[in-house]
Amino acid sequence: MSAFDDCPSSGADHPARAGIGFKPQHFDGLRASQRCGFLEVHAENYMGEGGPFHAQLTTLRRDYPISLHGVGMSIGGERIDPEHLHRLKLLINRYQPASFSEHLAWSSHGPYYFNDLLPIAYDAPTLARVCAHINEVQDTLGWRMLLENPSTYLAFAHSSYDEIDFVSEISRRTGCGLLLDVNNVAVSCVNHGRDPFRYIDAFPMAEVGEIHLAGYAEETDSLEAPLRIDAHDSPVAADVWALYRHALGRSGPVATIIEWDNNVPTLDVLLAEADKAEACLSQYAGQRSAA
Amino acid sequence: MTTGLQLADFAAALTHAGHPAPSDLTTWNGSEPGQRFAVYRNNVVVSLIEALATRFPVTEALVGTEFFRAMARVYCTDHPPRSVIMARYGDDFPEFVRSFAPAASLPYLADVAALEALRTTAYHAADAVSLRPEAFAAYPAERLSDLVVTLHPSLHILRSHYAIVSLWGAHHGHGDLADVIPDRAEDALVLRPDDEVIILKLAPGIAEALARLQQGQPLGAVAEAVSATCRDFDPVALFHLLLTSGAVTAMTLGGEAP
Repeated sequence: MSAFDDCPSSGADHPARAGIGFKPQHFDGLRASQRCGFLEVHAENYMGEGGPFHAQLTTLRRDYPISLHGVGMSIGGERIDPEHLHRLKLLINRYQPASFSEHLAWSSHGPYYFNDLLPIAYDAPTLARVCAHINEVQDTLGWRMLLENPSTYLAFAHSSYDEIDFVSEISRRTGCGLLLDVNNVAVSCVNHGRDPFRYIDAFPMAEVGEIHLAGYAEETDSLEAPLRIDAHDSPVAADVWALYRHALGRSGPVATIIEWDNNVPTLDVLLAEADKAEACLSQYAGQRSAA
Repeated sequence: MTTGLQLADFAAALTHAGHPAPSDLTTWNGSEPGQRFAVYRNNVVVSLIEALATRFPVTEALVGTEFFRAMARVYCTDHPPRSVIMARYGDDFPEFVRSFAPAASLPYLADVAALEALRTTAYHAADAVSLRPEAFAAYPAERLSDLVVTLHPSLHILRSHYAIVSLWGAHHGHGDLADVIPDRAEDALVLRPDDEVIILKLAPGIAEALARLQQGQPLGAVAEAVSATCRDFDPVALFHLLLTSGAVTAMTLGGEAP
């Protein structure tokens, strides 16, 4: 087991409230008073040297706990970029977020960054590589990170682990926490012909420090079967709310973020989604029964 | 396993539409993996085109969305990002535009793109507190020529053979695009003294003067050198700009430790 099992940093001061992904156009509306439980920001957007982005985050940090969410660490890739890790450490030291999370995916290869979360094979060598990378991240940051389950459109023929077994084993070996993206469950389960409720039932809920909700888009594959896209461009769908309640029934209240990154609505629309999540959280208050 | 070789295969196929989808992909229902792989390919290319459209809105307006997106698609295929910091993506897009044959009929396009690239760079540049005009009053008039100034870290100068500031301004509510004569040379100052980037058209000689000040030359020597090569240069205009724009963050008398 890892030294990070008892590390209090990630999740400890993470309120079991609902929050939203922060968009700069909503700054004025959010600064006036605390409008939701916390805010998520993408780490890579705050890696410039200065300017209004940092000024805004400095102001918001006074009123809101911050969930720092990375999209560019490429944990499933060939290597962790030490320069990127260093920038992240500076960001964490500066803003003292409530949590830091990243994805079970890769996004860089060689000199290039693809600005997307790409799938990995679930096999023993990949497991070892991902665990080594998470250890490197946690050792450098001195933080327990949260790892997010992915949205995927494809599988690798030589994968030998079930996704949940793979994720559970990563958490067991590295001591990292998990971020349960319920929308990703709804997307991936449809895309791979699995039952999303069984997925939630099997997920190692005791390790979950944060939940994400978002909207998906629906296309079809070459056989006209539904193919869901992790679009983050619409309200949370009804089936995702149902899955969310199912998850809370197992986990009790967990910090929850509404992510809406494309076709971004007004702040009021976003906050109304967060209020719906907040109402679910209060229904499950008093429970923390991760079995 | 997703070995380096397999990641390389996947990566190469992502940005090259003609490249076959990687082998070893599978689907639960026997549907075509290539069609599903195209979702990733589309996500990557569309997100990169969107990033460029966000950074280069005037460039897009000058050529139209359809042309811009086609041009951006070629660029992001050949030049995927080399940094995870997407605000930097497209630093060399202006150079690409310069060599992009279908855009050759708009010779000013690359310089407008360069101005837009600098605007984002200035937006994310390091913070610094600009000196207020009163700070200059601390020095006796006869010593002003010995002043060495430190310019704001967001400050950039762009010299063009084309009317880049007027073209940019016409898309931001300053003047009518139809009145802009593109072939008129303009020098641009890009600066973010507070939380907004300002873009100014510089009077003759000022761009060269600012470049010399950036190198640490004292004010008097700069005025003398630029006056010798540019007869329209007005040292008072330079001094006025330094006083009022927020371009100066520190100053010392020449010979003093900074």
